[in-house]
Amino acid sequence: MKFVLLWSDALFFLLVVTAIVGGLWARRIEHLRVSWRRVGQSRVAMAAATLLVAFVAVALLDSLHYRERLPGEGENYAVEVRSALDALLAGLRTRTEKTYSAPLATHSFAKETIEGEGRDFPRLKYGGAHLGDELGRHEMDIALRAVQGLALGLIAWLALWLAGAPLRRRATHLAWEAVFATLFALCLVSGVAAALAGGYHVLGTDKVGQDVLYLTLKSIRTGLLIGTLTTLIMLPAALFLGILAGYAGGWVDDVIQYLYTTLNSIPGVLLIAAAVLMMQVVIDTHPDWFATAAERADARLIALCAILGITSWTGLCRLLRGETLKLRELEYVQAARALGVSSLRILTRHILPNVMHIVMIAIVMDFSGLVLAEAVLSYVGIGVDPNTISFGTMINTARMELAREPMVWWSLASAFVFMFALVLAANLFADAVRDAFDPRGAR
Amino acid sequence: MTLLSVRDLRVAIGAARPVDGVSFEIGAGETFALVGESGCGKSLTALALMRLLPEAARIAGGAVQLAGTDLFALPEARMREVRGGRIGMIFQEPATSLNPVMTVGSQIAEALRLHAGSADPRRIVELFAAVGIPDPERRADEYPFQMSGGMKQRVMIAMALAGEPELLIADEPTTALDVTIQAQVLDLLARLAKERGMAMLLITHDLGVVARMADRVGVMYAGELVEIAPRAAFFARPAHPYAQRLFAALPDTASRRTRLATIPGSVPNPAERHAGCRFVSRCAAALPVCGTVPPPWREPAPGHRVRCHLEAVAKIGAGGTAPTATAEQPPPPAEPLLETHALKVHFPIRRGVLQRAVGWVRAVDGVDLSIAAGRTLALVGESGCGKTTVGKAILGLQPVTSGTVKLLGRVREGLAPGEMQMVFQDPFGSLNPRLSIDAIVREGRPDADVPALLRQVGLAPEMAARYPHEFSGGQRQRIAIARALAVAPRLLICDEPTSALDVSVQAQILNLLLDLQERLGLAYLFITHNIAAVEFLAHEVAVMYLGRIVEQGTAEEVLENPRHPYTQALLAAVPKLTGTVGERLLVSGDPPSPAHPPSGCHFHPRCPRAAARCHAAYPATAVISATHWVRCYFPD
Amino acid sequence: MLAYLIRRLLYALPILIGVNVITFALFFIVNTPDDMARMQLGVKRVTPEAIEKWKAERGYDLPLFWNERAEGAEKLTRTIFFTKSVRMFALDFGRADDGRDIAREIRMRMGPSLAIAVPVFVLGLFAAISFALLLVYFRASYLDFAGVVLCVAMMSVSSLFYIIGGQWLVAKVWHLVPISGYAGGLAAGKFIVLPVVISVFAGLGASARWYRTLFLEEAGKDYVRTARAKGLSERLVLFRHVLRNALIPILTGAVVLIPSLFMGSLLIEAFFGIPGLGSYTIDAINAQDFAVVRAMVFIGSALYIVGLLLTDISYTLADPRIRLQ
Repeated sequence: MKFVLLWSDALFFLLVVTAIVGGLWARRIEHLRVSWRRVGQSRVAMAAATLLVAFVAVALLDSLHYRERLPGEGENYAVEVRSALDALLAGLRTRTEKTYSAPLATHSFAKETIEGEGRDFPRLKYGGAHLGDELGRHEMDIALRAVQGLALGLIAWLALWLAGAPLRRRATHLAWEAVFATLFALCLVSGVAAALAGGYHVLGTDKVGQDVLYLTLKSIRTGLLIGTLTTLIMLPAALFLGILAGYAGGWVDDVIQYLYTTLNSIPGVLLIAAAVLMMQVVIDTHPDWFATAAERADARLIALCAILGITSWTGLCRLLRGETLKLRELEYVQAARALGVSSLRILTRHILPNVMHIVMIAIVMDFSGLVLAEAVLSYVGIGVDPNTISFGTMINTARMELAREPMVWWSLASAFVFMFALVLAANLFADAVRDAFDPRGAR
Repeated sequence: MTLLSVRDLRVAIGAARPVDGVSFEIGAGETFALVGESGCGKSLTALALMRLLPEAARIAGGAVQLAGTDLFALPEARMREVRGGRIGMIFQEPATSLNPVMTVGSQIAEALRLHAGSADPRRIVELFAAVGIPDPERRADEYPFQMSGGMKQRVMIAMALAGEPELLIADEPTTALDVTIQAQVLDLLARLAKERGMAMLLITHDLGVVARMADRVGVMYAGELVEIAPRAAFFARPAHPYAQRLFAALPDTASRRTRLATIPGSVPNPAERHAGCRFVSRCAAALPVCGTVPPPWREPAPGHRVRCHLEAVAKIGAGGTAPTATAEQPPPPAEPLLETHALKVHFPIRRGVLQRAVGWVRAVDGVDLSIAAGRTLALVGESGCGKTTVGKAILGLQPVTSGTVKLLGRVREGLAPGEMQMVFQDPFGSLNPRLSIDAIVREGRPDADVPALLRQVGLAPEMAARYPHEFSGGQRQRIAIARALAVAPRLLICDEPTSALDVSVQAQILNLLLDLQERLGLAYLFITHNIAAVEFLAHEVAVMYLGRIVEQGTAEEVLENPRHPYTQALLAAVPKLTGTVGERLLVSGDPPSPAHPPSGCHFHPRCPRAAARCHAAYPATAVISATHWVRCYFPD
Repeated sequence: MLAYLIRRLLYALPILIGVNVITFALFFIVNTPDDMARMQLGVKRVTPEAIEKWKAERGYDLPLFWNERAEGAEKLTRTIFFTKSVRMFALDFGRADDGRDIAREIRMRMGPSLAIAVPVFVLGLFAAISFALLLVYFRASYLDFAGVVLCVAMMSVSSLFYIIGGQWLVAKVWHLVPISGYAGGLAAGKFIVLPVVISVFAGLGASARWYRTLFLEEAGKDYVRTARAKGLSERLVLFRHVLRNALIPILTGAVVLIPSLFMGSLLIEAFFGIPGLGSYTIDAINAQDFAVVRAMVFIGSALYIVGLLLTDISYTLADPRIRLQ
């Protein structure tokens, strides 16, 4: 086995580590602690955060990449790059059917000519295979497995609850009840899904017989990456240029304003489209740069984040410029100037800490929009690599099948539910963060 | 005859009781003043009467009778007839209290339609004329942004009068206005109340306004009324220890450069529950019973009621920080510490395709000042006269158009942090909320001795680890002073350092400034519109009008023998505690814009003595004495 | 006012030049015209001659920015940048890679785009403002709370699902309108109803919630208290005072979008098979047709700048406080 660190993995781990370190650091800074505590006291925010942490956990597992060693002599490794999540879900990944099958089905979705029996729905290779010929037990088996799953989920939740007891005692002001209520629901749902997945395709299979649950779980990483890396990439530019324009004024301000007005005036989708097209050409003309298909897809993902970042920094930049203009005239900045404090020190001590709430709010508010944008862009064909599993590519392939009769609805429904859960959690969390950090909300 | 009767009014915001059992009566045609410091619940009381409390607050008990109508029992639809119909109301901020996108005429028409049946344009003109708005036909079509603050407040008054109310509630009606405009508006309100037999509930923090306007006075403290008295009796013999202390804390000529009495401690939190008297922790004469039993109402004189346990309430000055005389001032040194010569700060007005400067706002237009070490020069003027710009230009925060600033004879280049520092007006904007007090005080000198500096400004050294939001306005102002002192400046430019503070806190800061001057030999440029503070602290006074100094001299000369008509008007406009009305020289109209100053003497359009030559040329300096000069053609 | 407008128009020039430089650079920093030719011709037919021919036919056989071999001003004008980008200022968009005249194509496709975009714009604004007003009128009640929750839920659904769900339910299950397609004239009606309704619905959550915040902010201002103290009913306070002030930022904020309505909507047009500029753009993107993408970028930017200008003008009309200088 050989570990593979994709660029996006590295950035994602960096982001998670930064978030953790930043959290520890924020505990020591009075006003940040107060604001975050306000977030922690909100039930909605804590429930949403719990769900988001679960999504992040899946994405983290999906970011530990490796290449398997091929049997035989020498240092030969498989071409495919797999992740820890793939290893965990090996059952789901490998048990591919021939084509579509409905959730929990035992038979294929389409009729086929079966030798000796004429045209009929063939049995699935894996879905319900353990039933053998006792198809009458199908529903009973599902119910039994569901109950087992519930029990499993309950036990898991109890374990978590006991493990969380010290936390609850130490930080009594936080809305732990919301956390554990969310965990309860999560545990039960995952328990049932896990128990059923042992024998069936819980969310059905897609056109080439891949398990839809597996695809959906894999999509989470793509969504999270786009939602976070984009902001991470555009943040330094927005912060630097916005504050510089506001504080320096004069021709510096004019140049920066010209820059973002120009970028802003190009229709966003077209700018993204043009950039993605060009990037695709680069990737295509330099196949030697990438050792594996995963690396190529990864390069496109990162490039997409960069492009989205370049097209989306202007809004934050303008906000920061305005706020800096306001702060510059405040009396404590004037006092600092009168005390002979240098401009750089005024920027880092007085301006930067007082615009950070805007940055914080922008990060969380942008996240859900970017997850939604990924789906649309991938659908239009200017998003992630078609081989990258994402909500957008899932929807794109699934929607062709809506015209079928009866309808293949499960791929779309799964993508819808998971995406809705992710974006709703992000929106609710963002709201709480905005309320806690926006000084106007403190009235 | 009683018009309004308030019984045991209570207002709740969550668990807090910002108004807690307030009872008073207002007779028909009577002006009743509710006076108290910020946060005492006086504005909430007024809003509760109108049932217009903000959403977080609710009426928790009590009854209000308006000539027999129980206001709290009325359905909302009937209550709307009372609002604007039987009770009119005007607010503190005329700038934000009018709808910015409707003409003032249409806003008045709205009130007329509701309460007079129809909006007759003639009626609008009548109302505008009644509140002294010149050229009423034309101005009715103007938008609020086209009017000055004083005019907007007149519009508010006209709107309140539209329904012919029996009672007018005026919530700090002149606090946001300049002193000469305040005098005009107060006169107007007094005249209207008298002409129309209208009762008035006047809410204010300014005892001078009370003395000028009220028939009876109610003093509020921490959500309760503590004293109710006729005006004359109240000003002659304030009965409650709190009221007595308020009087003692007011600076005036008599207290010049002596310590003011202050009230120790601060107003209790409205969420706090009280067993006894709410003032007990700050009262110098408190008895054991004060802390346990709520004080009863007593009536030392007919109509004069006070809520205090003390039988014969001790006179002012007993206990606490009594006024003490200070040592004689040192003679002024020969060499000035700071001199400005022909200081000018002009801002361009840009227009056209190429943004060329088509005119200049002459914010500061040739100012000569001189301050000696250890002395205070007060720069006095109304808002927009350029006094703050002078301060910033001297400091180097504002680029100077022309003229020089000399420090100890040398021309200042750039900032001079070790020589000059500034203390700003807004105690909430002058400290970075993200920094600890320790970091704030160290700002100018990283190796500053923070505990010593904090002690010097009267704060405990332990406070260094805390953050600005934990401090009151007065404490913040002390921190700002400590920050300035850290670099050991020789001149402190104080830009309205007390105007955002309550009277008792203002006294503390003025005392502190006086102490520091005597101990450290600091010189002050004291920029203010507060004449009382000038009387207290200043050695010399310069009066500024539209970018120029119009009169300068020693404090005694300028304040007791003002020669410029503007100075005279300014001093006369300040409401006095004696409440003397009449024989006052009021100026009419608003100050003109510094972008288009009037020809000749800038003051001539408002001057009662203006003659032909005042239109023609700016008057030269007329010397009154070695230290006193004035720029007026009629210096006598 | 006139001087202001002239200044703004002059300011638009460098922005449009900047836009052109950016798009031009995007295409040619990473690609050479040879790459493009190879891409268009496909792997099989690539020969040096074919590439040269392709380039010559489309005017890509010139230097990018600077023509050493040309004379005088032609050093600048006989270049790809000048012939492809600068001529767009004269509204000369050239031909697409498939040889069709871009300007003619744009004129033809503008109609269908507008037929969708204009009703979406008007109805969307109206629906969102009405919904927000309803919530504000019942503010701090359960209705308000439920409405905000609904808004957040609605904005958490991808627009793709609105389109797919709407098409499935209305067109496929209920058979009310055709799933997709377009016809000219009055017959367009039945084709545009569904896309319009879906677009309005998809945008409702986010805008209604944003407008509600604006209304609430306005309702907390001092002049609203004055209006109440005057004795106005809550309904009049809301409609006559709050609405009027809050509508200024809402409407002027929407004005910037009006010119861009010409561009159509990429998603809706693609899903519903509307032959508008949106689907034109998507087709061009998929066919990697630089000429069309460049033209659309230019038009989009120009329309955006016009939108900014219209915003300024509408501000002066709506808000008496603002005088442009």
